[in-house]
Amino acid sequence: MGDRSRANLPPLALHVPEPRFRPGDPVDFVDVAVPPAGAQPRPDPATPAADFTDLAYTLIRVLGDDHRAHGPWDPKLGPDALRRMLRAMALTRAYDERMFRAQRQGKTSFYMKSTGEEAVAVAAAFALDHEDMCFPSYRQQGLLIARGWSLVDMMNQVYSNRADRLQGKQLPIMYSAKEAGFFSISGNLATQYPQAVGWAMASAAKGDTRIAATWCGEGSTAEGDFHSACTFASVYRAPVILNVVNNQWAISSFSGFAGAEATTFAARAVGYGIAGLRVDGNDALAVYAATAWAAERARTNQGPTLIELFTYRAEGHSTSDDPSAYRSAAEPNAWPLGDPVRRLKDHLIALGEWDEDAHAAQDLELAELVKASQKEAEANGILGHGLHQPFETMFEGVYEELPWHLQEQRAQMAAEEEASGRFWTKK
Amino acid sequence: MNMIQAINSALDVMMARDPGVVVMGEDVGYFGGVFRATAGLQKKYGKTRVFDTPITECGITGVAIGMGAYGLRPVPEIQFADYIYPALDQLVSEAARLRYRSAGEFTCPITVRSPMGGGIFGGQTHSQSPESMFTHVAGLKTVVPATPYDAKGLLIAAIEDNDPVIFFEPKRLYNGPFNGYWDRPAQNWSQHPAGEVPTGYYRIPLGQAHVARAGEALTILAYGTMVHVALAVAAEHGVDAEVIDLRSLVPLDIATIEASVKKTGRCMIIHEATRTSGFGAELSALVQERCFYHLEAPVLRVTGFDTPYPHSLEWAYFPGPVRIGEALKTIMKD
Repeated sequence: MGDRSRANLPPLALHVPEPRFRPGDPVDFVDVAVPPAGAQPRPDPATPAADFTDLAYTLIRVLGDDHRAHGPWDPKLGPDALRRMLRAMALTRAYDERMFRAQRQGKTSFYMKSTGEEAVAVAAAFALDHEDMCFPSYRQQGLLIARGWSLVDMMNQVYSNRADRLQGKQLPIMYSAKEAGFFSISGNLATQYPQAVGWAMASAAKGDTRIAATWCGEGSTAEGDFHSACTFASVYRAPVILNVVNNQWAISSFSGFAGAEATTFAARAVGYGIAGLRVDGNDALAVYAATAWAAERARTNQGPTLIELFTYRAEGHSTSDDPSAYRSAAEPNAWPLGDPVRRLKDHLIALGEWDEDAHAAQDLELAELVKASQKEAEANGILGHGLHQPFETMFEGVYEELPWHLQEQRAQMAAEEEASGRFWTKK
Repeated sequence: MNMIQAINSALDVMMARDPGVVVMGEDVGYFGGVFRATAGLQKKYGKTRVFDTPITECGITGVAIGMGAYGLRPVPEIQFADYIYPALDQLVSEAARLRYRSAGEFTCPITVRSPMGGGIFGGQTHSQSPESMFTHVAGLKTVVPATPYDAKGLLIAAIEDNDPVIFFEPKRLYNGPFNGYWDRPAQNWSQHPAGEVPTGYYRIPLGQAHVARAGEALTILAYGTMVHVALAVAAEHGVDAEVIDLRSLVPLDIATIEASVKKTGRCMIIHEATRTSGFGAELSALVQERCFYHLEAPVLRVTGFDTPYPHSLEWAYFPGPVRIGEALKTIMKD
């Protein structure tokens, strides 16, 4: 401070990022560059990673404003596949709506919606083989739904009830479904990234043909595990797809706090020597095409791909979050890439393979399906209505076998319960 | 065999028995490890089963967990226990909880090997004993061998175990037993009975302590390097100590501890790690709870001080013959 010798230097200034819009602000997304659909080249999946700089800074888009598919990334899916994809996305949304409401009704403690991001999970699942292993974050419930997993089973987990396959041990939405190729979700962000790379390395080392895919949000890319995963994936050319779901928000922090002011997330791939694609995450066809491309690259031993899925988190971070406290309420509707369900629906209608009546009827049918599933799940109990699992299960699965100290603690708890006369001890 | 050769032999035996066993870590492949523990393995089993990794402990551990979830049985190495902290999130939040949080759908059969402990002028970051950071974590097993024979048998058991095991190797014992008399000539394992190591398969179950010396006067609980120090100091002082080498901290052989303290009425706990919230605190509490009416003196802990591990003051820090000798006088006086 007292050093006069540097007095003629300009003072340094610390840059702290600030989102463009805060509550109450009018919103225009003119600064979000949206290149025309179909304009992005589709390289051969064997192209060296060094040649992906351009694709890491643009946006791969297939569905245009005319609701038609354009350009070399058009996956040319038949109408049945498109309708199945649309249905899984709409079902994911209907499921989210219902479970969000169930939390508000006090039937469970917590829920997280994926509204606006359904294509990111569903279209990717359609492009992967069922045997490929997914290492999701907590916002890819669409993977399970696209793979035909039981809604009742998912709800049982959300309710932590007696049919919950995770025995009430996990926070709602932290699903695990090995049979569906859906790895156990952890609350700790980005930890699944190196795990997915390890799974893929194991598959390659064993001469298997299966690949791994993982997802994290753009906020989680700041974690050290993201860096180590990209390094491992690149070094061993692991057959893995690294998805970054850039939904612009990490709870209340806009993507600038993960580094988005300076570059894209796909561009990080360039530095690791990984193929990087930046994709319109609300364009189901683009997500499908990019995932299929990356899967082919992985399956032919050409190595990993990092895909940034550019999208928007249309709702709060979770049931514990109120986005109106930190962002403009006008943002979701102003988002220039629109809504993934509506865009796929409009595409099918433009093809003459769908219509508004069919869509409305499907929405009704899906709402009924979710409602019936909910009824079935709730018959197994909801959170807070007593203990749905024998309390001894609390001690099981810490280790393969119960060591003496856990046996003692279990016996101690049983004795306490017995003495207390609490109602569930009598079950 | 010395302890390095015993560990190398355990890895060799398990790689030959189980094609799912893979060895990975910094410098473990072509070079064979900075301590030579993996020497020759890559040549014998190939690069896809024994491979060098980037310098990222969270990556090594996270990748090993993913390989374990696939169905392999990875044995990652962390070059020094002092450098295991970047992997803590993967070990505590993931490895330890995977079976629990998935209700058994996914498991984590990995064994994390890491050289630990001081007595080698390793200074602050090549001497630490971080075992209590892991014994505190539900879902992890923590093992510390004190001899080549045990190192091989325990490592084989750890690799075969379907739960994640933290396998800490006291590097001061790699080449020979160390009794704490740093100013006397170094010994080597060829003169020690536990240096006799079978070349084939055998296992020492986790959770079983070894009574290194039977005695009546007091019970000394120790593991790793401190087993040898305890034996030497007790002999020098002519104290008929029962020295128990715990070998595995979690699961702990409480029956052996309890029987011994009930017999002797006195208990001293020795570890190199810092005192506060060290594993000795857990041992002390367990002995107090289970043997209270048999105790004739307070349970005594002789440990490293609550300071970072110093370089030049190593032998003032290390719980060696002088400090243990004074503690012996104190506990036997009561």
